[in-house]
Amino acid sequence: MSAVTEGTPEPRIDIADAAVDFPIFDAKTRSLKKAVLGRAGGRIGTDSKVPIIEALRDITLTLRRGDRVALVGHNGAGKSTLLRLMSGIYEPTRGRAIVQGKVAPVFDLAVGMDPEISGLDNILIRGLFLGMTRKQMEARVDDIASFTELGDYLSMPLRTYSTGMRIRLALGVVTSIDPEILLLDEGIGAVDAEFLAKARKRLFELVERSGILVFASHSDEFLADLCDTAVWLEHGTVREHGPLREVLQHYKGRDVLAELGR
Amino acid sequence: MAPPVTTGEHRTDGGGSSAPVVPDVPGPRSWQRAFGDLGQGWRQRSLWGYLGWQDIKQRYRRSVLGPLWISISMGVIATAMGILYGALFGEPIATFLPYVATGLLIWNFVNGCILEGSEVFIANEGLIRFLPAPISLHIYRLVWRQMLFFVHNLVIWLLLVIIFPQPLSASVLLAVPAFVLLVLNGLWAAMLCGIIATRFRDIPPIIASLTQLLFFMTPIVWSYERLRTNPLAAYVELNPVMHFVEILRQPLLGQDIIWRHWVIVGVITVVGCAVSLLALRNYRARVAYWV
Repeated sequence: MSAVTEGTPEPRIDIADAAVDFPIFDAKTRSLKKAVLGRAGGRIGTDSKVPIIEALRDITLTLRRGDRVALVGHNGAGKSTLLRLMSGIYEPTRGRAIVQGKVAPVFDLAVGMDPEISGLDNILIRGLFLGMTRKQMEARVDDIASFTELGDYLSMPLRTYSTGMRIRLALGVVTSIDPEILLLDEGIGAVDAEFLAKARKRLFELVERSGILVFASHSDEFLADLCDTAVWLEHGTVREHGPLREVLQHYKGRDVLAELGR
Repeated sequence: MAPPVTTGEHRTDGGGSSAPVVPDVPGPRSWQRAFGDLGQGWRQRSLWGYLGWQDIKQRYRRSVLGPLWISISMGVIATAMGILYGALFGEPIATFLPYVATGLLIWNFVNGCILEGSEVFIANEGLIRFLPAPISLHIYRLVWRQMLFFVHNLVIWLLLVIIFPQPLSASVLLAVPAFVLLVLNGLWAAMLCGIIATRFRDIPPIIASLTQLLFFMTPIVWSYERLRTNPLAAYVELNPVMHFVEILRQPLLGQDIIWRHWVIVGVITVVGCAVSLLALRNYRARVAYWV
C-alpha cells in the first residue's frame, strides 16, 4: 500500500469473526424462480435478495511479527480469499480485519503487467503497485535486471517474452521489495530448474526480510521450507491453527514432514 | 499513513464472545475511510501519473506521429463539422469554426469523464481484484488521462484563434478556474458513474446513449444565440453540460462572460461532490466485490 510506513510500530494482522460474502448477481434469476416455486403464497420476487456465496466465515486470526504461516486446504476452501482479506482488497462483510504494515501481495504474477510496454517499464509499474517509490525502484532496477538474466530483452515490449521470461521478471520485482507483510499464493513454477534454485534463494531472503509471511500452497516441500505454523481452512472456516507438522498431519492423514526427512 | 484497516459493518459486540484484543476502528462506511481512500490515492500520484501517460502513449504505439494524432483527428473533425453545420445554419466560417472546435474540445473532456467513468472499475477488474489500492487511484488516472487529451486538443484551439483572430481579452484567464471546475466535476462524475455502473451493468450502455443525446442537446455544432427566438431553445438550459461548455468557451473565444452559467456550475459542483462522496463512503468497500 503506501510506502510511508515510518511510525507504524509493528506489522500485525488482527481478524475477528470476519466473513466474506460474495453477491452473485448473475444467478439472480435462478434464485427468483426458486423463490417463486419454493414458497407459494409467500413474498414473490423480492428483488432485494441476491444469492450469496459465503467464501469465509467466523475467521479469527491474530498474526504478529515473525509469524510464518502456511495456508492449507482443498481447492475452494477459501485460501485465496483469506489472503485477499489480509491484503485489504476485500473488506469483511461482517466482523473486522485490521492489517497494519506494508503489504506485498503476490497472487498472480501476470496482473499489473502490460504486454505493450518494455520489461523495464513493467518493473517500475509493478514496484509502484507494490508500494515502492519511483526512487526505490530505480535503485533496484540493476539488481532485478541481473537476477532476471534478460539482458537487452528488458527494453523490448513484454509481449515478446515467453511465459518463463515473464515469470522471471515478475519474480525479480517481487523478490526485490521490502514488505512487512508478505502474502504468497501458489503458482510459482513454470521456470527452469536452474533459475528456480536461484529464485528459491531470493524467495527465502525475501521471507527473512518480511515481518509476517502467509503462504498458500499445495507443495509440502515449499511449506516445510518457509513456514512453521499452519492454518487449515475448510469450507471457508478455520478447521485448525497450530504448528505446521501437526496441522499437516491432520490435514493429510500422515506425517508429511517426516516423509520429507525433516 | 492510515493503517489499512478493514472492518465489517456489523460489529459482533452483542454476543460477548467477541475478541477484545481488536481495537475499535472506523467501519467500512465511514467518512474517515472515504477521505482516506481519496488521500491515499492522491499520494500515489507518481503511479497514476505514469499509468495515465502510458495509456496515451500506448494508444499510439508504433505510429509515426504518436499522440499528435489526438490533435490531428480533433482538428479534422472540428473543421469538417464547422464547415458542414456552418453552411447548414448560414454561419460565417471565421467565427463558427473556432466556436465548434472549442465546443468539441470541452465536450470531449466531459464525455470522456462520464463515458469512461462508467467503465473505470469494470475495466480495471484485474488490478482491483489482485492488487490492493485505493479505488480513487483509478479515478485520478482516468481524469488525468482526459486532461492530457484536453491539452493535446488545445493545440487546435490555439491554431484556430491564430488563423481566425477572436476578440480575446484578459477574460481568457477565466479559462483556468473554469477548467479547474471541469476537472473537479469530472472527478465526481467518474466516481459516481463508476460505482453505480459496477453494481448495475445496464448503466454503461444507458450512459453511452445518453451522452450521444447530450451532444446534440448541447450548443456545440449549433449556436444557442441564433436559436434564441425559438421558445423551445430555452429548454437547453436544463442540460447541465451546456453550462460547463459555456463557462470555458466564453473566455476561450473572448465572448461576454455570462455569470449565470458559473452559478449553475457552482451549484452542480457542490451537489455532485456531496452525492459522490456519499456513494464513496457507502460503497467504496463493495467495489471489489462487485467487479
